[in-house]
Amino acid sequence: MAKRVGIETSLAISEVVAACDVDVVAAYPITPQTHIVEHLADLVANGKLDAEYIPVESEHSAMSACLGSVAAGARTFTASAGQGLELMHEVLFVASAMRLPVIMAVTNRAVSSPLSVWGDHSDVMATRDVGWIQLFVENGQEAVDNTICAFKMGEAKNVLLPVMVNLDGFHLSHMIEPITIPEREEISRFLPPFDYPLPLHPDKPVAMGDFAPPVIFSEAKWAQEINIRDSYETIIQTWQEFGQQFGRYYQPVEKYCTEGAETLLLTMGSFSETAMTAIDNLREQGQKVGLVRIRLWRPFPFEELRKAVGSAKTLIVFDRAISVGGPGGPVVSEVKAALYNEPQKPNVVSFVGGLGGRDVTREGFEEIITRGQEIAEQGSPNEFEIYGVRE
Amino acid sequence: MIGQSVYVPRLLSEIESLAPGHRACIGCGEVLAIRQAFKAIGRDAVVVNATGCMEIIASQLPYTSWRLPWIHTLFENTAAVASGVEAGLKAMKRKGRYDHPDTKVVAIAGDGGTVDIGLQALSGALERGHNLLYICFDNEGYMNTGVQRSSATPYGATTTTSPAGKQSIGQLSWKKDLPAIAVDHRIPYVATACPSFPIDLVEKVKKGVATKGPAYIHVFSGCPTGWGCATNLTIKLGRLAVETGVFPLYEVENGKYKMSYKPETLRPITDYMKPQRRFRHLTEDVIKMIEKRVAEEYYKLLEKAECQK
Ligand SMILES: Cc1ncc(C[n+]2csc(CCOP(=O)(O)OP(=O)(O)O)c2C)c(N)n1
Ligand code: SF4
Repeated sequence: MAKRVGIETSLAISEVVAACDVDVVAAYPITPQTHIVEHLADLVANGKLDAEYIPVESEHSAMSACLGSVAAGARTFTASAGQGLELMHEVLFVASAMRLPVIMAVTNRAVSSPLSVWGDHSDVMATRDVGWIQLFVENGQEAVDNTICAFKMGEAKNVLLPVMVNLDGFHLSHMIEPITIPEREEISRFLPPFDYPLPLHPDKPVAMGDFAPPVIFSEAKWAQEINIRDSYETIIQTWQEFGQQFGRYYQPVEKYCTEGAETLLLTMGSFSETAMTAIDNLREQGQKVGLVRIRLWRPFPFEELRKAVGSAKTLIVFDRAISVGGPGGPVVSEVKAALYNEPQKPNVVSFVGGLGGRDVTREGFEEIITRGQEIAEQGSPNEFEIYGVRE
Repeated sequence: MIGQSVYVPRLLSEIESLAPGHRACIGCGEVLAIRQAFKAIGRDAVVVNATGCMEIIASQLPYTSWRLPWIHTLFENTAAVASGVEAGLKAMKRKGRYDHPDTKVVAIAGDGGTVDIGLQALSGALERGHNLLYICFDNEGYMNTGVQRSSATPYGATTTTSPAGKQSIGQLSWKKDLPAIAVDHRIPYVATACPSFPIDLVEKVKKGVATKGPAYIHVFSGCPTGWGCATNLTIKLGRLAVETGVFPLYEVENGKYKMSYKPETLRPITDYMKPQRRFRHLTEDVIKMIEKRVAEEYYKLLEKAECQK
């Protein structure tokens, strides 16, 4: 049985990628992802991982090499963040549309300018529409578990989609936590070998990546939409099977103290754990508050979100990214859209915070909830507020 | 070499990897070069294609002209995708999951996809030493998008983004020397070729795919549409480019230069330029200046090859 050890989340991810017996890693370093790719290089250099490690000259090439390697039929992993993820942007669309299940860890980081190596969700939010399955994790154990699940979800024959596992840069990537890393044997019982249905092979030539005239482009996009929508069931089933074997269960939308809550806070990523302590505190004071966390960002879990929000009166959405000149946070606009046609819907309040590595403490989340309730009752001249910003 | 043309069909393999019915223009030099190159490559290969004319003419959902496993993703990342294919096959071979020991990975791209936007990915792939052959089909411009300049467009040529006009003679920079850049990566094999010299092209591609490590072949490919010439002149212009010194044929094995064809004397450059509309606006002075520079470059190359003998 796997032992629980104190290990940095980044290193634990590399260890579990190795335990998944990945064939190819193509990666380019960027803070705060570096520890993942450095440790993978180390594992290859020391014979602990039998894989080709391609030290590419850019993230654009990292993702491009990943396309090639998956198309050849090889299990493939990469990791990136911030500017790196943006440099990959164009290639990300191709991975999903061509159904090439690249698995990628993203240690979420702010996007320049000003330059910031610290965490927020601007990088992943800019890749919202690239057609990848996108998961968010809250702690080291979740990062490890969901990396294993990502291979199984993405590589499933009915799915064949790339998967992005998002973890907060520094706040999570650099944390040393007690983590159980499943053994190779346990993983191989859960994760079947990668068997890409039509790889590039001279015995059975296939053409991948034709161009589409207008007469067929819409159909190609519709097929893609159906593909990712249908992946939802496999995602749920994968988490279910994982839970059955490893005893840790995951849901597309996670709830905390939502029972009877009139005010709900909604978060994504590792800040959710801090938010939980704020909820505990306010609950002790007798306030009817709860927390909803979105774990599955794409495909968006519309039904689960609506159910989780239930009959709450106020929903305070906390975004770690800003859609400049737009509705504030990207999460809030999606949440509003998901609830808009509901006959009974909460008053939705938008906060942006935790930008470029700025921490939000338990007290901070308590303030956000109190201020959010105030806005819900009295209104606000602003579409959204940036928590703790100095004017 | 020139008199060989009648025998060529009998000397080459009958393999046709690109099926007829593709949509290249009449007289396209790139597609001819592909036909020849893939006779040398054979059936045990994977093709990675950049966006550009050769991708567009051979693929249109739900069809393909390729009889080989073929992948196109984007414009500038061909060398990186090919790196990934090579690495993937290598890992799977080692782990007993891929059954062809010698599958060749061949990346193909136009000059734009190579000398401009794809240069970084190419440099990375050459430097890392992947076992692949990269062939650039150089028609001296971005033809697929409507004849714009690239850094492989020759001095003085008019294109849609380097138009000749009252204040300009057209392209104002000299052709980027990509084979030299490839050589400077210290890779085992670099060559230039042209489909007007099919035996030479085929032999070089054979060497390229047999090379352990990266090989780079730069193929001068006439484009009647982009150059503004008659469609029956592609082969002739290729020969003239070689005979005038505009595009010398040579190979560089492990850093050692060897000329593949040495004309006794260089033909006047006007023989080559005159039939092409892209040069028609140039004055005699400019043509003379170009001719001088072409000769200088040619003799420099010749000297390099002679010194290394
Ligand atoms: C990132 C990006 N920029 C621009 C384009 C538009 N584009 C497609 S093909 C092409 C030119 C291709 O030129 P070249 O590589 O020389 O090949 P040719 O068509 O001449 O054979 C351009 C500019 C693109 N597809 N992707
Ligand atoms: S534009 Fe030129 S390179 Fe492109 S298909 Fe036509 S002749 Fe060939």
